[in-house]
Amino acid sequence: MVTTMLAARISPSRVGAVINRNVGALRSGPSYWLVLLSGFFEPLLYLLSIGIGVGALVGPITLPDGRVIEYAQFVAPAMLAVSAMSGALSETTFNFFFKMKYAKTFEAILATPVKPFEIALGELSWALVRSSVYTGAFLVVMVALGLTSPGWALAALPATLLVGLAFGGVGMAISTLMRGWQDFDMLTTGQFALFLFSGTFSPVQDYPAAMEILVAATPLYHAVELVRGLAIGELSWGLLGNTAYLLAMGAAGLVFAARRIQRTLCV
Amino acid sequence: MIHARGLIKRFGDFTAVDGIDLDVAPGEAFGFLGPNGAGKSSTMRMISCVSMPTAGELRILDMDPVREGSRIRARLGVCPQLDNLDPDLNVRENLTTYARYFGLSKSEARSRAQNLLEFVQLQEKATSTVEPLSGGMKRRLTIARALINAPDLVLLDEPTTGLDPQARHLLWERLFRLKQQGTTLVLTTHYMDEAEQLCDRLVVMDGGRIVAEGSPRSLIETYSTPEVVELRFTDEVDYTGKLEGIGRIDPLPDRILLYADDGDAAVNEVHRRGLTPSSVLVRRSSLEDVFLQLTGRTLVD
Repeated sequence: MVTTMLAARISPSRVGAVINRNVGALRSGPSYWLVLLSGFFEPLLYLLSIGIGVGALVGPITLPDGRVIEYAQFVAPAMLAVSAMSGALSETTFNFFFKMKYAKTFEAILATPVKPFEIALGELSWALVRSSVYTGAFLVVMVALGLTSPGWALAALPATLLVGLAFGGVGMAISTLMRGWQDFDMLTTGQFALFLFSGTFSPVQDYPAAMEILVAATPLYHAVELVRGLAIGELSWGLLGNTAYLLAMGAAGLVFAARRIQRTLCV
Repeated sequence: MIHARGLIKRFGDFTAVDGIDLDVAPGEAFGFLGPNGAGKSSTMRMISCVSMPTAGELRILDMDPVREGSRIRARLGVCPQLDNLDPDLNVRENLTTYARYFGLSKSEARSRAQNLLEFVQLQEKATSTVEPLSGGMKRRLTIARALINAPDLVLLDEPTTGLDPQARHLLWERLFRLKQQGTTLVLTTHYMDEAEQLCDRLVVMDGGRIVAEGSPRSLIETYSTPEVVELRFTDEVDYTGKLEGIGRIDPLPDRILLYADDGDAAVNEVHRRGLTPSSVLVRRSSLEDVFLQLTGRTLVD
């Protein structure tokens, strides 16, 4: 019922206009392309250095169900999830914050028929575009390196979109709470902690029990589980739980961000 | 176009707008005159359906801003006090991108942008980024952007604050043209000359209230005299007693204002009394004098 209520009041053309603004900004600045490029290479470098480099020392690893895979196969889907996360986050944190706080872009938009929820939805959609450019390219690399099959790569793509949605929503929500650029240091640190301890480089089952429970509460863990399950073709009912977690996270972030835009800019 | 009764805006304990009544008719150029902090911008933000009234009645274009904000904003053009042009887009894209927020098609956006760039004389800057433009150019672009949806009502919050005289005159001329085309203009200003140039009718605001209302001419006639004499003395002597009876006296820190029906006659009387001011200026009365008379303070700073 909530969705029908929202659908009745949300105009796709206005959401599209918000996305269109970001396409325009992308076209007019070369610096933006550089940022885009670096976001793709970072997880790729980790994959090559740790997945393949360190992987040669680690050797094959055994999954909980007894299946044995190469270490690079284990790490690659995690880096895929990370690239979905960082693509969505960089768009919805730095860029979003700049538009909201400094460039007054949202303030200008709010003088038009566009509503706060439509701004949030447009920004999130744009973050998904950026995120899927990263993950699409990364999946091609994975297939080329024989780390997944084309079929499972296709199955993993929508999962990475969901990861982008979840982190994009929360990224916007966090941005609306940021007081200044210095707050982004905390975000970067948090992001790095997630990157290291979300079952990315070693199975969470190897962690101490308390740690395992803690990690299971954090978002990148669910993202990695879901994307890895699909990329290596290891399906389980748990993936539905991961999906629900990410969906709820994205929706909550979106609604919270829209409300904060309303509260801070429409006064 | 605008109808307000007992309109109030509070921010916590602070009352920015304290119960104002307004009616603006189609085709009118209406002004809010007042110093900084008088409640002009808060009123404008409520009229532009961005900020919600705390209490009172407000109708814009015969609609309710709380329930139909988006529909009202579709027919408004808003030029904010501080330019919020998009730094990531060039001059033309600032207009075409904005047009899309109003649901205009790509081709319609492009042709309107072209016409408006000509209207505000920025065709040569079409592919420039926004940042290197002068203050006057940025303001003209902001006004062009406010016109992209062919609005019924244009709201301008201090349109010429911070601009040099040449840029101001060019802007006034463009705004005057808009007015001639029948567009309803509502503007705020703390410049008397601007209000006199552009407004058919205005209200003087102070401390969140309307303290006077009328045409610029009628306000001057009601609250001032046709002419004002400005006297400056080099010494620190109190001259108010010596000037008594010539006209109403307003002693300011740096000069004494003498309100008179006939300025030259008043100056003659000053000299006849043997007073020797270091400078004498006879001028027509302005809205500044109206404001001074109404609030006891000067308008700008």
